[in-house]
Amino acid sequence: MTEALKLTDLSKTFPVGRTLLGRSTGSVKAVHPVTLSVRQGETLGIVGESGCGKSTLARMLVGLLEPTTGTIEIEGDALDNADPAEFGKRIQYVFQDPISSLNPRKTIRQVMEAPLKRLHRMPAAQRRTRISEIFDSVNLREEFLDRYPHEFSGGQAQRIGIARALAANARILILDEPVSALDVSVQAQVLNLLADLRTKFDLTYLFISHDLAVVEAVSDRIAVLYFGSVVELGPAEEVFANPRHPYTKLLAESAPVVGRPLAAPEAAGTELPDPLNPPPGCAFAARCPRATERCRVETPVLEPLGDASEAACFHPLGD
Amino acid sequence: MTGYILKRILSAIPVLLGITVIVFLIMALIPGDPATAILGSYATPENVARLNRDLGLDKSLFQQYFIWLGNMLQGDFGTSFALNRPVLDEVLERFNATLVLAGTAFVMCSLLGVIAGVISAANQYGLADKAITFAVLLGISVPSFFLGMMMILLFAVNLRWFPVSGMWPIYGARDFGALLSHLTMPAIALAVVATGVIARLSRSAMLEVLRQDFIRTARAKGVHERGVIWRHALKAAMVSIIPVLGIQAGFVLSGAVYIEIVFQWPGVGRMLVDAILKRDILLVQGGVVFVAACYVMFNIAVDVLQSLLDPRIKT
Amino acid sequence: MIAFLSLLARNRLALAGGIVLSAVVLLALVTPLLPLADPDVTNTSNRFVPPFSEGALLGTDHLGRDLLSRLLWGTRLSLAVGFAAAIVAATIGAAIGIIAGYYGGRTDNVIMRGVDMLMAFPYILLALAIVAALGPGLFNALIAVAAVNVPFFARNIRGITVGIAHKEFVDAARLAGLSNTRIILSEILPNVIPVIVIAMSTTIGWMILETAGLSFLGLGSQPPQADLGSMLGEARSALITNPHTSVVPGIMILVIVMSINLLGDGVRDALDPRLKSGALSRPMAATQVKRAGPVPAPTGKGLLEVQALETQFHVKDRIYRAVGGVDLHVEKGECLGIIGESGSGKSVTALSIMGLVSSPPGVITGGAAHYDGEDLIGAPYRRLRDMRGRNVSYIFQDPLATLHPLYRVGDQLIEAIRAHRPIGKEAGRAKAVELLDAVRIPNAAKRITDYPHEMSGGMRQRVGIAMALANDPDIIIADEPTTALDVTVQAQVLTILDDLRRSRGLAIIFITHDFGVVAQLCDRVAVMYAGRIVEEGRTTDILDTPRHPYTARLMACVPELGGGKRRLEAIAGLPPVVDRLPQGCAFADRCLKVQDDCRQGDIPLVRSGARAVRCLYPEEKAREAAE
Repeated sequence: MTEALKLTDLSKTFPVGRTLLGRSTGSVKAVHPVTLSVRQGETLGIVGESGCGKSTLARMLVGLLEPTTGTIEIEGDALDNADPAEFGKRIQYVFQDPISSLNPRKTIRQVMEAPLKRLHRMPAAQRRTRISEIFDSVNLREEFLDRYPHEFSGGQAQRIGIARALAANARILILDEPVSALDVSVQAQVLNLLADLRTKFDLTYLFISHDLAVVEAVSDRIAVLYFGSVVELGPAEEVFANPRHPYTKLLAESAPVVGRPLAAPEAAGTELPDPLNPPPGCAFAARCPRATERCRVETPVLEPLGDASEAACFHPLGD
Repeated sequence: MTGYILKRILSAIPVLLGITVIVFLIMALIPGDPATAILGSYATPENVARLNRDLGLDKSLFQQYFIWLGNMLQGDFGTSFALNRPVLDEVLERFNATLVLAGTAFVMCSLLGVIAGVISAANQYGLADKAITFAVLLGISVPSFFLGMMMILLFAVNLRWFPVSGMWPIYGARDFGALLSHLTMPAIALAVVATGVIARLSRSAMLEVLRQDFIRTARAKGVHERGVIWRHALKAAMVSIIPVLGIQAGFVLSGAVYIEIVFQWPGVGRMLVDAILKRDILLVQGGVVFVAACYVMFNIAVDVLQSLLDPRIKT
Repeated sequence: MIAFLSLLARNRLALAGGIVLSAVVLLALVTPLLPLADPDVTNTSNRFVPPFSEGALLGTDHLGRDLLSRLLWGTRLSLAVGFAAAIVAATIGAAIGIIAGYYGGRTDNVIMRGVDMLMAFPYILLALAIVAALGPGLFNALIAVAAVNVPFFARNIRGITVGIAHKEFVDAARLAGLSNTRIILSEILPNVIPVIVIAMSTTIGWMILETAGLSFLGLGSQPPQADLGSMLGEARSALITNPHTSVVPGIMILVIVMSINLLGDGVRDALDPRLKSGALSRPMAATQVKRAGPVPAPTGKGLLEVQALETQFHVKDRIYRAVGGVDLHVEKGECLGIIGESGSGKSVTALSIMGLVSSPPGVITGGAAHYDGEDLIGAPYRRLRDMRGRNVSYIFQDPLATLHPLYRVGDQLIEAIRAHRPIGKEAGRAKAVELLDAVRIPNAAKRITDYPHEMSGGMRQRVGIAMALANDPDIIIADEPTTALDVTVQAQVLTILDDLRRSRGLAIIFITHDFGVVAQLCDRVAVMYAGRIVEEGRTTDILDTPRHPYTARLMACVPELGGGKRRLEAIAGLPPVVDRLPQGCAFADRCLKVQDDCRQGDIPLVRSGARAVRCLYPEEKAREAAE
């Protein structure tokens, strides 16, 4: 079993505020050091609510954002952290908003040609055959190539976005909320297409979403992010069915499910901690029914729990 | 809040210094020799050299700048050779007159412009909108100096409603009524262009805001349409109108130069043009720095106003 | 390009401006070929000849020079200098702006500090200082005018560039291996050029005015050469005795600048995509109503009864039938869900009831909405306003956009009350606190002084709910109120809404695209597709045994938590665009069991008992049977 992607202690801190002299007055830790590995051909789901750092993590993985600490290894090679072009050949990104990820003043063909020309220096004739191959594999008609982005629906534009990512010939795709801008009936089409492409081209996916059901439906393993840290990691069928971290349990119980009566799983007043002024210890402690004194002082780290799951919790559920 | 004001004032210091550097450098570009200009081309070389020494022109550019800056900080802007009078005295006196003219025009164009813009937006594509849009177009297309001249011709020469020029009557009392009758025409001529620009931008800012979701919320609450336009929409639109007012203040101040010439208004703009034509460099330098500094201060006030209006601006 | 020109030509004022400007430019170009008197030859015996005289069509000036000839030569000069200044300023300014905006960080900081410094001068001071240094002269005036306009372009273009540089397609280009230079040239520049053109077309007129102004002051063109400004300047001393010498060049400047401004506005309108789509129109206080057919009479069903509602959007010559005949009703204390995908017409239906659909382009073209027997659709604005928020209130989707950003939440709540009844300052405050307490905002007395941006999304939406409750309405229409919220927050907000409904006997119309939410909250549900209700009935019935194929397929393609990794049952194709609805069933093209008669005629909503379905071949009773 080969590791397609390995992150070691990857973190990102943003400076905030500025004094007159241009020095920052504080900092926000958007992503706390994360260590993760993704196997070749696997889909790792990353789920979390807004502000949990999932997009920051994704942008670091493709080189659009330089990590504050840590390293990224792809298929065993460590990468220069700040060169998107080097990343581009091995790892690609599918954006959340399919329309705004296409330049409105370029035809689809121009969009598709860029990675072939710049990353692979492919001659024109070869580019043409390659583009028609890719378009065929994402079920788009070749006549679309000479149109402009505004002529497409969200679902079609997202297929074009996927096609562009495939054109770079990368074997790892970061899918950052790829279906959340789409309607449910179109969402399923795109998810199925992604599943087909994965088997066809032996791709590895990092699937980022806030939608628990979607993540569960497409992933092999799922990492749950809270306040910039991975709090639980486990097999997709286990994570929400048998949550080990109290936050995962809260998430699972909050999702509206047909046939389950409406009940607020926690008290009404709770809010996320202030990122400028994070609490000591576990970030979830203030909302956690199982929190003890230790949780408010010491920060738990991700630890294996015997079975395939890992959780960052002193008092995991089901123990 | 006070923190924000303080910070804003402190941040103006580099801008003010920058202004002095720019003015100083531009003036240093002047070809030829100021001493010759002052003494005339028949001056003896000894006299020129002495004057150069007196003016400090024999020192390096760097030294000259700091001497000039140091003197200015102590209130010494030098002496105008053409008027034979301290620059600061002359500038202060002239600036007063400009302030009366430009201040009146600015208040007029801000009020009229915003009101016209709101009415125009509230009646988009209606009769009022079309009339205002056309008037605005005419207003921003007419050269203010030409407008001033035509106003003199019509209202002063033909109708004899207002005096032809000047700030005060040559004979008679210098009271408020006299000032008002002298001020009316130049202030209107000066305000026209800026009113047009402000009306135009207010209209588009209002239209932008009127499409926002919170306007729909106000309507859904049952707020009266008058309240929707003048309270909800205008307040939000002011966030983008206020910076425009700040910029337009600069344009009004600039336009005052032409208007002061046309109406023989004894302001700082006319002084500067005369000084340039007479190559009275110290007067130009001092006048430009002084007015620019006042404008910087005015813009700080605009920013503070903006932060009072918009709580999202972090202090 | 052709589309651009035809758009421009459609704007009659711009066309007029264009024609006048072309005529003036043409005249200026052919001036050397015309049989004109020498503009600079003086003839003092012929001073101040009035216009329309023999040999001098426009008369002569104070030195006896032919005014027509001077006017044309002056126009030539003014135009050339104005255009040159505009092009120089736009090119330099745009280059600075793009570099600052694209690279950001320190580069941006340094450049923009410099620009700010230049903008700290009222522009004429800078121009005067430059002319003072370089000496009076037309070329120096050109330099001065161009220089003072560079900061305006730089700042404007920088703002646009920052916006574009943060777009996802720029990230995508980076990932495709494009270098910074290439990204600027191929991704940024093409998107900035329209803005540069707009900025230029709206400032050329201004630049001509400014150069004319400097000449007017005697700092531009020097005698005997004259541009329009210096002609006016020289004529000023004879203004009262011989006004024609002033009027002639003055009118010319006005004509040139006005025609440029007219054309510039046309260019801006033609290039701005928002104007093209009519998105910049101001929505009226209430939706326009143009009912063609008869108004249905109330049948007394429910507290609010919507009948045959039709709402359309008229954009240019297209008609989008967003709502194509919707019937629904809600009882006192009942929660009705309307579920559908985007474009199904669910929000437009809800907004039509109180006339809140943006108009233009929205028009209600048919049907009625009876509240307690009174038709809201035809009600005059005064009556509608009086009932908004008092009888029927709304909760909208994005709580940050739907609250006024510059008013404190407490004041917004009090305003909601004041819109319908006078209330004192203290009583208003107390009521606002009470409302926030009712939606379980902790520390309500302190939070009424918060601004919306100081609250989290969930708290803001609670304020939205509190505002809807302010006047104890009978019906609340909630338009996707939890779609923008995180799941844990959504659960809290839904619980609050459900508790309030039960404790206050509120009727709720709840619009959503989420079956899970409908299942937990709603008594009845109506499923919408392409502007019509395709199925309606008790929530449990519909979720257990959907009868319309669309409902069944839609439910199947939504993953449900607890199902594990699986393949979803996608629905092929896209929903129809509502300006070209097909004959018969709108779902026919995507339906697996479509028959020939599905594509013919109008398919009625057939009611049996508590359920209704718009399908000729509804699904069999149990879902299991279909699987």
